[in-house]
Amino acid sequence: MDYIDPHIHMVSRTTDDYATLARMGCVAMSEPAFWAGFDRGSADGFRDYFRQLTEVEPKRAAQFGIQHFTWLCINAKEAENVSLSRDVIAMIPEFIHCENVLGIGEIGLNKNTKNEATVFLEHLDLAMKFEQQILIHTPHLEDKYQGTRMILDMLCDDSRIDRTRVLVDHVEEHTIDEVLNRGFWAGMTLYPITKCTPARAVDMIERVGGERLLANSAGDWGPSKPTAVPDLIFEMRRRGHSESLIRKVVYENPIEFFSQSQNFSFKPRDAGFESAT
Amino acid sequence: MHTASQILENEFLEVRAKLLEVAATLDRVDRSVAESSPLDAAAQGSRNQIDTAIGILLEEDSGRAERLQRFFSRDYEKDWRSEMEI
Repeated sequence: MDYIDPHIHMVSRTTDDYATLARMGCVAMSEPAFWAGFDRGSADGFRDYFRQLTEVEPKRAAQFGIQHFTWLCINAKEAENVSLSRDVIAMIPEFIHCENVLGIGEIGLNKNTKNEATVFLEHLDLAMKFEQQILIHTPHLEDKYQGTRMILDMLCDDSRIDRTRVLVDHVEEHTIDEVLNRGFWAGMTLYPITKCTPARAVDMIERVGGERLLANSAGDWGPSKPTAVPDLIFEMRRRGHSESLIRKVVYENPIEFFSQSQNFSFKPRDAGFESAT
Repeated sequence: MHTASQILENEFLEVRAKLLEVAATLDRVDRSVAESSPLDAAAQGSRNQIDTAIGILLEEDSGRAERLQRFFSRDYEKDWRSEMEI
């Protein structure tokens, strides 16, 4: 089955992983800007990273027939440095019109601090100024519930934000209802230890249905598994779910959400795909 | 969709294995306590959390996963914005 991984950090993966993902049915992916395995010391470090996201990764992906899209920001983990964050936010407009950029993300909170919240709000301003979609990172472990509620407070307090253009990622059993009930899209991240297993993700699908719900692998610097979305597909089949529901979650929903971005120029496999050169 | 009996039958060995992992981990902690030193305050807090979490598993009504998640979470304070002056 063709699928789209809506949140995967390919800068941390090898070219072999691209080949494996293609063989597993991955036809497109979106890569939010995030932590690159170390704290960067200057805005120029982010400039190089944004070039990697907008120039290098699309070409790596295209070698395997995968369409690569991306999101730009300074992530919550490095946002504790407000001065650096402001320099990076000021630079983002240089890249925002690159052809694979879908919006601002993944912005959010990490340890739920005042500095992180300040930078989050400034990212929201940037997104509104450029009419961008938003992809949200929610904290992990004991910080997730509190941080998710804080993020939703900030989003809901801003009347400029169209909630149907915002994806709140890394939802789990205790945060998914609040996200969906407030009108946002929700993403389940399939991650071995700190987030959600494929089995628990399918439990959530069975509980809330497939509307406004995505599944991703994260595939980052931690002990993640880039082929986690096919694991979800397998688990849904094992439990007897319909192919139409599986396809909705792993293919149609990402297309529906991303299509709200003018840069989402996705070409389904049937329509053919021109490799980037 | 599978019946409840099918689900339990399919998952039984995996659940059994996970329970054994928890039991073996607690035994390992106990052995170390007996052979070396008692748990410090932070570790004892974690140990107590595990006991409480096991109690949540034994509750009858559904929603155990969500209750476990809330149990392991920091509280949300509605007035966080005024506290942080954001």
